[in-house]
Amino acid sequence: MELEGLLAYLVSLAIMASIYAVFCLGLNIQWGYTGLFNIGIAGFFCLGAYTSALITTSMPRGVYAHYVRQLFGLGLPFPFGLIGAALICGLVAFLIGIPTLRLREDYLAIATIGIAETFRLVFNNEGWLANGPRGLMGLPQPLQGVMPSEYYNYFYLAVVFCVMWAVYLAIERAIRSPWGRVLKAIREDEISAAMSGKDVFLFKMQSLVLGSMIMGIGGALYAHYTRAISPDVFTPLYGTFIIWVMLMAGGSGNNRGAILGAFLIWGIWTGTKFLTDLLPYTMKARAPYIRFLIVGILLELILIYRPQGILGEEKRVSRFLEEG
Amino acid sequence: MLELFVYGIVLGSIIALGAIGLTLVYGILRFANFAHGDLMTAGAYVSLFLVSSLFPLIGIPREPLGPFSFGWRMVAAFPVTMAAVSGIAILLDRLIYRRLRQKGSSAVILAISALGASFIVRMMVLILWGGDYRSFFPGVLRPAMELPFGVKIRPDQVLIIGVAALLMVSLYLFLRYTKTGKAMRATADNMELARISGIRTERIVLWTWAIGGALAAAGGVLYGIDVQIHPGMGWNFLLPLFAAAILGGIGKVHGALIGGLVIGVLQQLSTAWLLPTYKPAVAFIGMIIILLVRPQGIFGGETGGT
Repeated sequence: MELEGLLAYLVSLAIMASIYAVFCLGLNIQWGYTGLFNIGIAGFFCLGAYTSALITTSMPRGVYAHYVRQLFGLGLPFPFGLIGAALICGLVAFLIGIPTLRLREDYLAIATIGIAETFRLVFNNEGWLANGPRGLMGLPQPLQGVMPSEYYNYFYLAVVFCVMWAVYLAIERAIRSPWGRVLKAIREDEISAAMSGKDVFLFKMQSLVLGSMIMGIGGALYAHYTRAISPDVFTPLYGTFIIWVMLMAGGSGNNRGAILGAFLIWGIWTGTKFLTDLLPYTMKARAPYIRFLIVGILLELILIYRPQGILGEEKRVSRFLEEG
Repeated sequence: MLELFVYGIVLGSIIALGAIGLTLVYGILRFANFAHGDLMTAGAYVSLFLVSSLFPLIGIPREPLGPFSFGWRMVAAFPVTMAAVSGIAILLDRLIYRRLRQKGSSAVILAISALGASFIVRMMVLILWGGDYRSFFPGVLRPAMELPFGVKIRPDQVLIIGVAALLMVSLYLFLRYTKTGKAMRATADNMELARISGIRTERIVLWTWAIGGALAAAGGVLYGIDVQIHPGMGWNFLLPLFAAAILGGIGKVHGALIGGLVIGVLQQLSTAWLLPTYKPAVAFIGMIIILLVRPQGIFGGETGGT
């Protein structure tokens, strides 16, 4: 009985860590390989989750129609949600890339913060779009009802893990191709990449769009795991900051590092909950802030003392080159 | 509409105070300080501590002065807060940014560390004061004055514009006529050249943080006098601050002033059609338009951001 509870706990931990790993992989394309500075991950998180929710739910009927308003509800199966989330996030990334990718890297950062804040405000204030601050609930899950509900999380962990693995393999493949080497060349020195005849803007755009599509998939996976989403979930803290800490901890420019960082930091994050549970009752309400303070300090320590992260970047860029 | 315009000037002076510090840091240290908004938050809460906890203890009276909503407590708290937030900014530089500079970290790494610092500051505020909205002087009624054309404005708001203008004129005189001010401008132009000319650039960096922190603190406190304070206020200010700094041309102090006023007016006028909660989004849209039309800003040079 004890063991079963612990196992269920570990499974839920692994699901969330794997979902965050998907975000880290997306950010790794943008930041780790291309040097694009996206600090509005929460925006793509939010958009991906809502897009998938609207695609997979059906329009509320009867008495529910009075309580739940949404722009549309297609009632399509789960994979369509993932694809739709990726497409919409890719489109938004494309639009945000047009004014910012030719400028200094900080401009993209500021614009992505803007995107994240704007989406949160829109979903919060426009009730007709997706039920405003109350959000959407009862999102469908793949093969729901076929699986026994007490073991459902085991199945969902397998789903999330497969998606994460597929994303990992795809990026590994892409990054070892000539295309991937151009991204790294842009990151290291934009001017010499341009002098070698590479269209820097085009490659940056591809990297931004691809990374954001992966983030959209991550958002969709999250939505169908918690089955309930509302705008206040997608704050800069949970949606952006912690993902950056994960990637910096694991090692940017290393996909295995991205996954390792996600599991490690999510482990630490949940672990600090046990720590703050020891606090006196009066401090309980402020415990989450203490946990975030710890994560913030952790980021600064990583940046100062181990900027390459745990694993660091892999130097080998092609399978045709000699090892080492 | 005219009334909204006047309120926009009030908000714009507050934004300008923050944006000037942001643009100074950007001009001299060459990185986007995402913690700047949270320095405003820190200022607001340091003041809250002074006026509601410390000063009552040492017996400074609570009575409001003349038509204003605050009394001697706030008058005393204002300079103390500016000094305190200067100290916080310098402390962050010593603990984080200077170490990264010495390691030769890139501007983007510094910006990420600033993002981290912004969360650290905000979490400290949340741990110490909690997440509620607070007022400096709860329950004090603040009657509005009637100006020509039916514009209603509170005495506090007139004072906000006055204090902001005074601070900006002092900064202008400082940068223009003092030796340190000239050295700051030289460092902003070219740090290597300034160092060769015998300017101690690390001292200039300290001055930059001190001024940036003090102005941000002033902005935060003035915002608290005008409306209310809460731990997320600095984060909400971040987009308007950057929009103002970019609009005026990064590194240009007078540009940040004009940019701040424009963004402030834009945000207030938008409330005629949009919900007030959309203000950060309005600043964001304004910024995107600037980036599309004139990315180097109104007063920026030819080369723009690169």
